[in-house]
Amino acid sequence: MAENGTNGTNGQGYVGTRTIRPDGVDKVTGRARFGADFNLPGQLIGRVLRSPHPHARIVRIDTSKAEALPGVKAVITRDDFADQSSEFIPAGEMMMNYKDVVRNVMAREKALYEGHAVAAVAATSPHIARKALKLIDVTYEVLPHVIDVVEAMKPGAPVLHDDLFTVGVEPKPDKPSNIAKRIEITLGDVEAGFKKADVVVEREFKTAPVHQGYIEPHAALASVSEDGSTELWCCTQGHFIVRAHCARLLGLDIAKIRVTASEIGGGFGGKTVVYLEPLAIALSRKAKRPVKMVMSREEVFKASGPTSGATVKVKMGATKDGKFVAGFAELKYQAGAFQGSPVQPGVFCAYAPYDMENVKVIGYDVVSNRPKVAAYRAPGAPISEFAVESVVDEIAKKLGLDPIDLRMMNAAREGTKAAYGPKFGPIGLEETLNSIKKTEHWNTPLRKWQGRGVASGFWFNIGGETCASLTINEDGTVSLMAGTPDIGGLRAALTNVVADELGIPYDKVRPIIGDTGSLGFTFLTGGSRSAFSGSMAIVEAAKQIKAELCARACKLWEAKPDQVEFKDGAVRPLGALAEKVKPMTVADFAKVAGKTGGPIGGYGRINAQGAGPSLGTHLVDLEVDPETGRVTILRYTVAQDAGKALHPAYVEGQFQGGAVQGIGWALNEEYVYGADGKLQNAGFLDYRMPVASDVPMIDAILVEVANPKHPYGVRGVGETPIVPPLGAIANAMENATGIRFTELPMSPPKVLKALKERGATAR
Amino acid sequence: MVLIGNLAQLTGGVAEFQLSATSVKHLFQQLAELHPAIGPHLDEGVAVAIDGQIYQDALFEPIAPDSEVFLLPQIAGGAAPATRR
Repeated sequence: MAENGTNGTNGQGYVGTRTIRPDGVDKVTGRARFGADFNLPGQLIGRVLRSPHPHARIVRIDTSKAEALPGVKAVITRDDFADQSSEFIPAGEMMMNYKDVVRNVMAREKALYEGHAVAAVAATSPHIARKALKLIDVTYEVLPHVIDVVEAMKPGAPVLHDDLFTVGVEPKPDKPSNIAKRIEITLGDVEAGFKKADVVVEREFKTAPVHQGYIEPHAALASVSEDGSTELWCCTQGHFIVRAHCARLLGLDIAKIRVTASEIGGGFGGKTVVYLEPLAIALSRKAKRPVKMVMSREEVFKASGPTSGATVKVKMGATKDGKFVAGFAELKYQAGAFQGSPVQPGVFCAYAPYDMENVKVIGYDVVSNRPKVAAYRAPGAPISEFAVESVVDEIAKKLGLDPIDLRMMNAAREGTKAAYGPKFGPIGLEETLNSIKKTEHWNTPLRKWQGRGVASGFWFNIGGETCASLTINEDGTVSLMAGTPDIGGLRAALTNVVADELGIPYDKVRPIIGDTGSLGFTFLTGGSRSAFSGSMAIVEAAKQIKAELCARACKLWEAKPDQVEFKDGAVRPLGALAEKVKPMTVADFAKVAGKTGGPIGGYGRINAQGAGPSLGTHLVDLEVDPETGRVTILRYTVAQDAGKALHPAYVEGQFQGGAVQGIGWALNEEYVYGADGKLQNAGFLDYRMPVASDVPMIDAILVEVANPKHPYGVRGVGETPIVPPLGAIANAMENATGIRFTELPMSPPKVLKALKERGATAR
Repeated sequence: MVLIGNLAQLTGGVAEFQLSATSVKHLFQQLAELHPAIGPHLDEGVAVAIDGQIYQDALFEPIAPDSEVFLLPQIAGGAAPATRR
């Protein structure tokens, strides 16, 4: 295998080698253009007026003074957006309802969280825009608020939506509540299963909502011409989705809007929805000038989606030899101000890593006066699997079993029936457990106040609609156009595939991310789908090119189709023909393209199916400071099934990034609300995310159990790595202190309090 | 064919069916004829697992005579059909 940063093949092709990322130079020199880097002549600056109240009826909005301020070119409010009917659609990684989306981008009847957009202005300078916001007179009727998920579920809690009646319960409720939905999955007979158990562990867990924490704030630049033609530049995980949402919210034909995705400074699911984009277009349409909007970090925290905080009950039973015989869980997930938490995948994933005959999981989707949650890497799974993995570890301890052996004994494998229905195809959980057990890390002794934890995790992965085009240029180089924004090295991974499919050098391929006018609808970068689906679309496009080249060769050589084949970058004559003509490379065909039929290209348009689940196992060592409660991560190893790593360095990067985000979720990150319902830590100084100096180098072990449904065996890898860290770290904390921490984050104050209360001593 | 999660609430609590569909499209048609209430939910937001493999938005996917089929809520993502109107 080639080392990092070389563009050589491994003798068998580029797939599986660590080629230099095509966008790398621009990223390290500052030339790459992110959302806020786009500007147009004559642009205005847009700013949003946000609710200071967590829950308030909007009685009246008077914008007359702001509109009269010199330099103000447009003001928009709820009146500038037509109401939408109630209709759920899959969007990003979760379901959404346009009736809620139109209310989230601009409050209508009520402001439902602190930071909820109430009005927006476009002005000739930031100073005038800010001044204009102060001149907008909003009359609020402040209402009681509710922040906590359990409080929000109680009878008598302030109700956010008068038309929200719990779905999934019988009889149908006659009163509205904050419980949007109850869901349940059942496999076997869980009560009968518990009767067979020799040991039963039951625990309740609590997790805090955490933000995706992308370093680049949301940004959008819109320009609407007099005829309604709209150009939009924005940082997003899916510009085709942005186009669709904006068209719907603003009553525009999709063809009228062209969206270009900027480079993206992280998304992690949080940039699969729209916030500023429809506002910028609405302002530009009104002002008839370009409008640029960029969120502050405070706005990102207060008004863009985190993932849910939750309360989770888990009860598991096992026989004395370690076989899991029953698992129950009850999940209560915060959705934020509008329904649609990731509780459904949380329910499905809770016991997915294990082969169990009796499982019952119940989930509740609950609204409260917080920003609407957005997808965050494996939405919902880290929460439920944290709880289950903690209990699995406790069972191991009670039974005196090695925690890896216990997981191995119960591991889901090919043919295992998942609690959510279908049987698994080939999956690699056992291989990841074996890999971890063989590491030097697993066998290294620990010192006082140090602990070691292990946990496994599961995520489904998806495919979806995807387009990619390949164009053979006049000199034989190739232009690759993909429709999914490159967040984690996608261009390098796809270029490896193009080079191998067409048998040309990696450096002869130039990958770009096309705008919405350049390709057919392409779903977003999310669901761990972009490398999986994009490479399938490329294989399809390359197949067309190879067929075309073979057809042209047949015409040039006056041969029959069975006398030629495309192999190793050239159309080759077979049999007796080989003695008469020489093979023609892609570059040879490029030279004669005009004479042989015109430009050569392929266009892959697929709805990719066959995404294989990815399972992983994480191992962590940490040290607890008994004087301060601070936890230091000493060592961390990730083993995950990638199916086939198109580009190992960026697969490892996904493993490492997921682990680090999980470390933050486990140890420090949380939204802190005051009694007034206002967020108190809307900035990176007070919302503590891990930085490079907080974590060691994360060791990554690539396990490759091929996905038989993909031409190269690829599985999505981006989301699974954030699933195990929460449980692994909680298990390591127990190992270090003897205390089972059930509430996240395990921040220094909580750890110190627990150590003092329980008189903990080092293991 | 087995309905997972809350989908059985749309079929009067019946979760298991013996159907003779040859494709996802036929499966949806037969199920909607038996239980009209589930019809609108089959258009959007439902994934189909055929012999362990999950398909989303795949009306023409064939179903073999002895296939084991599950209907479940869409896992994550999927297209955005409502935006096409």
